[in-house]
Amino acid sequence: MMGEQRVDDFAERRQHLTHWREDELEQRFWVLAGQIVDPLLELARTHTTPSIERSVLLRMGLDSSTTQGIVKQALAKGLLGHGAGHCVWRYAQLKGLSIEEAGTQLAGGKGWEDLEGYFG
Amino acid sequence: MPKTFDYEGQGLNLNLNLNLNMKMDIEDILQNLKDYRPRRRGWHWREMIPGQKLGPFAFQQTSKGLEQSQALPAAKFFGGIDPQPECTVTSEIASGRFEDDLRRMRMAAYHGADHIMVIRTAGQSHFDGLIEGTPEGVGGVPISRKQLRATRKALDLIEDEVGRPINLHSYVSGVAGPEVAVLLAEEGVNGAHQDPQYNVLYRNINALRSFVDAAEAKTVMNWAEIAQIDGAHNANATAREAWKVMPELLVQHALNSVYSHKVGMPKDRICLSTVPPDAPPAPALRLDLPYAVALRELFKGYRLRAQMNTKYMESDTREVTVTHTLNVLLSRLTSADIQSTITPDEGRNVPWHYNSIHAVNTAKQALVGLDGLQEMVQIKRDGVLGETVRELKERAVLFLEEILAVGGYFEAVERGFFVDSGCYPERNGDGIVRDSKGGDGFEVIPRADDYFAPVCSHFGDNHLPEGVSEPCAAIGGCTLCHPEKIQYIDELDAEDNANRRLVESRPFRTEVLRPEAEWAGDGILSMTLFLPTDERTARVAALEIARQMGWEEAEVIHDQVMHPAEGTLVEVKGKLKVKIDPKTLHIPPEEKHLSPETVRQKISECPLTVVAATVGEDEHSVGLREILDIKHGGIEGFGIKVRYLGTSVPIPKVLDAALEIGADAILISTIITHGEIHRLNMERLHQLCVERGVRDRFILIGGGTQVKNELARAWGMDAGFGRGTKGIHVASFLVKFRESREPAGSKA
Repeated sequence: MMGEQRVDDFAERRQHLTHWREDELEQRFWVLAGQIVDPLLELARTHTTPSIERSVLLRMGLDSSTTQGIVKQALAKGLLGHGAGHCVWRYAQLKGLSIEEAGTQLAGGKGWEDLEGYFG
Repeated sequence: MPKTFDYEGQGLNLNLNLNLNMKMDIEDILQNLKDYRPRRRGWHWREMIPGQKLGPFAFQQTSKGLEQSQALPAAKFFGGIDPQPECTVTSEIASGRFEDDLRRMRMAAYHGADHIMVIRTAGQSHFDGLIEGTPEGVGGVPISRKQLRATRKALDLIEDEVGRPINLHSYVSGVAGPEVAVLLAEEGVNGAHQDPQYNVLYRNINALRSFVDAAEAKTVMNWAEIAQIDGAHNANATAREAWKVMPELLVQHALNSVYSHKVGMPKDRICLSTVPPDAPPAPALRLDLPYAVALRELFKGYRLRAQMNTKYMESDTREVTVTHTLNVLLSRLTSADIQSTITPDEGRNVPWHYNSIHAVNTAKQALVGLDGLQEMVQIKRDGVLGETVRELKERAVLFLEEILAVGGYFEAVERGFFVDSGCYPERNGDGIVRDSKGGDGFEVIPRADDYFAPVCSHFGDNHLPEGVSEPCAAIGGCTLCHPEKIQYIDELDAEDNANRRLVESRPFRTEVLRPEAEWAGDGILSMTLFLPTDERTARVAALEIARQMGWEEAEVIHDQVMHPAEGTLVEVKGKLKVKIDPKTLHIPPEEKHLSPETVRQKISECPLTVVAATVGEDEHSVGLREILDIKHGGIEGFGIKVRYLGTSVPIPKVLDAALEIGADAILISTIITHGEIHRLNMERLHQLCVERGVRDRFILIGGGTQVKNELARAWGMDAGFGRGTKGIHVASFLVKFRESREPAGSKA
């Protein structure tokens, strides 16, 4: 798919800007840029992704291959929205395990029924 | 910074301090990486010293100097000074084998780079996770924990050697941005590219995913005080007519900058990656200067990373160097916090070692040469420049207005707003179109009401369970608080790793010599030749010459028509699998000069007179005067009596004068070498002395820029002195030669 073609209509399009001082123009530039990114930030605040969740697990002290195993299965079970780190932490709490032990078990496919039961 | 120099050390470098006269021990650097921790965090800016005095000059835009460094070649005329510009200087180093790159990083730092940017291997941005180990890369290096840790460790040693912190840089883009950001933060990386627009436009990674990931990645980068560089410069390189995308560039810079700032990054760690879009024969500065001014006016408070042009360059390293020098001129006319460099050979091959260094020196030379320019030269803000600046700002505002009018960023991308080659609001309809439901990695999941991430530096909603006060307190601290929790994986592939490659390359790093351009032992070399024929014949002939020289895989990397019929310049590269054992080389011992004091004493004990002249039809006098004159440190200064006869003196006259005043030595200078005239003059003088039976009475010396000692002696002289000779060299020779020839105390 291609974008649209358009001749340079700058002369007409700029009419509403002609009387702006340059500093006002600069201010407007930043206000508009802020308005464009605000909904993107809101999206980021309320959503997560597999990479974010793996990055959480890395910070919890798990190695990269373990993080892959956990996030894949959390995504498949529909539990990623609770947080992959949450899953590991909760499973460790439920079973009295260390974070590393809990992570290894979940990456190996163990314990997901317990979590599905917990999160309902 | 700890001082860890060791000038005396010999043998293997076991203490992990670098010795300026020894190669870096790569195997040693790869030892004990599991326990290696970076010793500092965050970006380092150079410390500017206004009015710094160096040699005979005062500089306005230089920073704290290096403890050990390689100055520019012309520094020898100014007391060897090596002024370091006030801005960061980048070197991009990524040959595919990171272990070979470490040596190049050391060379780059020694010439003045303090920002080492490691390009990622092709395809890493689509790798959904972290790469482990040290597999070989293509067009870059696979960024992994081991690679980063070893590189940071090597740079820690290198920064001790040069005496300045060095920033390590990588990329936080692609589908695994947040994980890579954590990796970089944990491993002490100091700078990184991060711009979700890059993912969307150039990597076709899902747009929603890219922005959601970016917020997390930027939060982590902010913890690590990593300086961020955006990706807007790619629009220059992608658009067909780079100078038309200026309004869009302002928009792209703004979106990433304001997004980053709202996530929490301070403006002074948000760097705009900007490239002068044009190159000659376009009227480059006249097109690029208004844009550079508009950018800097709009983005006050942010930092500028000035990149060099890569779009309009091919294989001519001379042409590229001029373009890059003009790029630095633009930096000096406006501003640059980071001056990045592009190697002059990037248009023709994976950059070679010495071309990385050339690029650093192009930047250093131009920056220092333009030092303090703005004290005397001012941009004419009114007139055509000001009008263009205003127009660019208006066009950018209109662009932003239209993004909002169509419903926001994702809608604008779906309609192909970006990287259109028209000058907005003109559109050529060739922009990049991305469906926000398409692309790689479209899994973007809403956070549940009980979403929880038990770690620091996490962006967005985080609901702490009951009894948990701080997120990472739930797990007794995350890796950012407790780096000992970081899990280190060494290698996953038993074949494709640095240890294997190092075994093969070890002989070429420790025993035998072979030419090298990219990797140890690669055997790559090049030659430049002129062939008096047309372009196509010259190309084929050059390859035949390389074949006859025994080169393998020869290819023409550059040619330029000097004249369609009269000749062509050709550059050829190839491989030569030679092995030179340095132990078998006959390396003549370095000439030891007597000290000035000793020379003065010997001359005062036993005076010495010389006759000197520039001989033949040769009007050059400067070189010889510098050897003779007391004010230039010439031989007069040691008490030697000099009779200077002038220029274009016939040989017989020189000998007559020497006989007349009873000189001990005759110095003839011969600069012109056409028709072997320098050889003929020397042979003539020798012959004449022999014919008159006075050869033993005189020490005969030939000098000149092209003169070599061995040849001069073969032509009858007692010594020859070439380029770079100082008075002390000649005086010392005269004294030593006289002593070697005569019994002590007597004079012929």
